[in-house]
Amino acid sequence: MIDHVLANGGAGGTNLDPLFDESLFWILAVLSVSAGIAMILVRQAVHCALMLAVVMLSLAVMYAMQDAPFLAFVQVIVYTGAVLMLFLFVVMLIGVSAADSLKETIRGQRLWAGLAGGGLAVLLIVGIGHAAIGSAAPVSNVENADNLTGLARLIFTTYVFPFEVTSALLITAALGAMVLAHRERTSPKPTQRDVARRKISSGQVQPEPPPGVYALHNAVDMPAMLPDGSTTNRSVSDAVVGRDLQLGRDPEGNVVTDLAAEDRIETERQLEAGERGREEQ
Amino acid sequence: MSPAHYVFLAVILFVIGAVGVLVRRNAILIFMSVELMLNACNLAFVAFARMHGNLDGQVVAFFVMVVAAAEVVVGLAILMAIYRARRSASVDDASLLKY
Repeated sequence: MIDHVLANGGAGGTNLDPLFDESLFWILAVLSVSAGIAMILVRQAVHCALMLAVVMLSLAVMYAMQDAPFLAFVQVIVYTGAVLMLFLFVVMLIGVSAADSLKETIRGQRLWAGLAGGGLAVLLIVGIGHAAIGSAAPVSNVENADNLTGLARLIFTTYVFPFEVTSALLITAALGAMVLAHRERTSPKPTQRDVARRKISSGQVQPEPPPGVYALHNAVDMPAMLPDGSTTNRSVSDAVVGRDLQLGRDPEGNVVTDLAAEDRIETERQLEAGERGREEQ
Repeated sequence: MSPAHYVFLAVILFVIGAVGVLVRRNAILIFMSVELMLNACNLAFVAFARMHGNLDGQVVAFFVMVVAAAEVVVGLAILMAIYRARRSASVDDASLLKY
């Protein structure tokens, strides 16, 4: 479909088959509105980001349907590609399990927010319904025949000053992000001597055991096995234990079955070794 | 489809974003709702550009995208700073900006 729009340079009026145009619009409209509603209802931040991606991609297709192929690609690259990835980075940094609490701190907040939203919707729809929104005008200007050329001409002639100001804005934003994300070191950086002293005084000289390497499974949620054969839960990340608790699983439940399975495998191994020894004789 | 359909869709998306800003209390999700509102505005701009048969609306939508990108960068950096200071991204906890 995008090829179709690009093929005629996004020139005046859409060349899409009207039936195709209409059905595509309704499919995308239902998709984007339901994804938007789901975005404000689901609890997990990651799910919200995915719903937002659905809305943004369907809007990109709508731009392409409306003779704006350049904006369609910018929407995919800048919004879905860059902005949403930034959101996901921050969600990962802050913690994937950072779900919104459902407790209302302001009484009746949701009810009033819904009422205010409904009021705003009625206000806007009535206002726009009174305005005369004509059908798509044919592109009269010959210079605008090609979407990309026309946009470039406008940006670099009529809107050249806002465009230049935009560069200042972007530089300021980049500097601001660097300043805000910079962490001032409040305590002096620990030297090798400090680290060694802390390790000796804490009683644990060696580093924390890595997860699962010495256990039966090489998996992050499996505790490591200590030299004496017991397992240690200190090797399992708190996030994994928290997730197990959240899902109602016993974080240590697997260890017992694990050890039992290990005993079984050990006896099987011995049996096999015995058989092999017999064959060799 | 006539541009009016797109404008009404933009209104609906804008309202959904506004309700999201009011309802959600995690600052990241509020940011996402604001992004949804900006996207809805862009859709309206593109629809109006098509209605008038010129490209000015598309240029404005392009500038909105640039400003939104800058806004997200700074906003998320502020969010990270707040989260680092108080281990929470809830807007209820940051009701006092200073302490």
